[in-house]
Amino acid sequence: MTAAALRIMTPGLSTTVQDLGRSGFQRFGVTVGGALDPLSLRAANALAGNPPGAGVLEALYVGPSFVVEADDARLSFAGADAEIEILSDTDAQHGEVISSQRSAHVRRGQVIRVGSLKSGAVLYIAVEGGFAIEPTLGSVSTDSRGKIGGWQGRALVAGDVLPLRSTAATDRDEYRLDGLDLAPSSRVRAICGPQSDYFSPAEIERFFAGEYTVSAGSNRMGMRLDGSPIRHCRGFNITSDAIATGSIQVPGSGQPIVLLADHQTTGGYPKIATVISADLPAMGRLPIGAKISFTAATLEEAAAARRRLATEIANIGDKMVRISPPSALVAARLFECNLISGVCSAAA
Amino acid sequence: MLDYRVLPAGDTALVVEFGDRIDRELNAAVLALAHGLDAARVPGIVETVPTFRSLMVHYEPLVLSANALIARIGEQIRSLKANTAAGHLWHLPVCYDPSLAIDLDNVARRTSLSAQQIVDRHCAPTYHVYMLGFLPGQAYMGEVAAELALDRLETPRTRIPAGSLAIAAAMSCVFPLETPCGWHIIGRCPVPLWDQGRATALLAPGDKVRFVPISIQEFETLATGVSQGVLRLEPVDEIVGAAA
Repeated sequence: MTAAALRIMTPGLSTTVQDLGRSGFQRFGVTVGGALDPLSLRAANALAGNPPGAGVLEALYVGPSFVVEADDARLSFAGADAEIEILSDTDAQHGEVISSQRSAHVRRGQVIRVGSLKSGAVLYIAVEGGFAIEPTLGSVSTDSRGKIGGWQGRALVAGDVLPLRSTAATDRDEYRLDGLDLAPSSRVRAICGPQSDYFSPAEIERFFAGEYTVSAGSNRMGMRLDGSPIRHCRGFNITSDAIATGSIQVPGSGQPIVLLADHQTTGGYPKIATVISADLPAMGRLPIGAKISFTAATLEEAAAARRRLATEIANIGDKMVRISPPSALVAARLFECNLISGVCSAAA
Repeated sequence: MLDYRVLPAGDTALVVEFGDRIDRELNAAVLALAHGLDAARVPGIVETVPTFRSLMVHYEPLVLSANALIARIGEQIRSLKANTAAGHLWHLPVCYDPSLAIDLDNVARRTSLSAQQIVDRHCAPTYHVYMLGFLPGQAYMGEVAAELALDRLETPRTRIPAGSLAIAAAMSCVFPLETPCGWHIIGRCPVPLWDQGRATALLAPGDKVRFVPISIQEFETLATGVSQGVLRLEPVDEIVGAAA
């Protein structure tokens, strides 16, 4: 018997294994990493019946296609909207199309083709039981720069065979999400600092009043923004210090960069403000070309928002509704059973 | 009483800043605070990240409020002892052979020194490890002799080999992994600074480092020993006190 796996046919634009990241090692220069949108990652795991922080695939902009090499498996998709096609085998041209925010039961030999993401930048693909990948420094997140974790420390390529922990799917119904908001957000709250004293009060005001566009140079390390440049009042070099995820650094060009999950642990540009933790998931979904603007927030507002997000996370299970199998599918399954019994009797 | 200020870095981290320059005394305060907070195992503190002149403290605000954390940091700073940070002394073998030092000629031109003078000046000081950052296990070591202090390259290289020994301004680094880099490469170190299997860095902030020049033949012998797993570097001796 061969081990259960997903075989990657096309990797998509950039698909990596991610979980909630590896904290505790930043002092050694190890990036935290983890999902750009941890709420959608948790939702994908909830749909698949996994622990909240299990390792999943994170697809950016264009999803992967892969073959199921297990008797059967349960997948789930959460995050950006996408037309996900389930084809009967590698030769099939067309298959059943399902949407994101649901689980799906798949069988050996079927091909799952995710295609282009529609509403946001990020989609999470979980598999029931998770991937059989050993954690590195407590996490399976892929740190491509440090070549740590994930699948061989890099984004997936065609031909990768990702081993699964479960050889078969459990016998249960499929679920979809109803009422969990996984849309990108263009309005993001941020707290001034740590280096807001490198900017005049007027420039800080201009920063919060401005509208920016997510530029094509963005990646998992940072979201580069295009807009009216922000001027420094004391130069743009600081003695390098540590970086928090969500900090907005302003390099010499004056075009801000929001530092995302894969940011370096330390850096030498002044950081005008830092996105509040509760707004990181919805911001992480923003695709290239999207508009973004920042609202000044206090620590108290941030704590309240973090509490609300924690409640939302705790209640993801309540937002899952059972998908009743469509009658046509039931008919097809009955037909399949009859056909098999017919073959059996013919052979007898 | 040390001068410091606390700056918010969002709602899950704050920065305790002791000054705005690279300075061993400020760095000793940073490391002493890091050790103190780590040892105290304060519920709600997630991790601390020491840098040249400031300490970032990551925390869970639903367990420990910013105000409570700031008060805790204040107490810790009031009880800081001057020289609580202890470090190891390392003799780090490095090869300055031109075949591994792509910028040696360029540095020679810009400093009006010969290659040998650059090597002599670079390996003369006992360096202080200020912090780790940028890549796993990457130590920022200072200070490089004033004559060797150069600005970074205008256009960073897209890729330098793992183990590259480099200088920029007052700092010297060994880059543990292949990486883009705007520093001046003047040699290579055969000893890995990051042990993935044990999740540990060879050097820690507060350690001292002396670079020991080796020949290209010695470099290759050591590099082979490392790749076969038969060579491990141990510190030369224990030193107490950060201000050397």
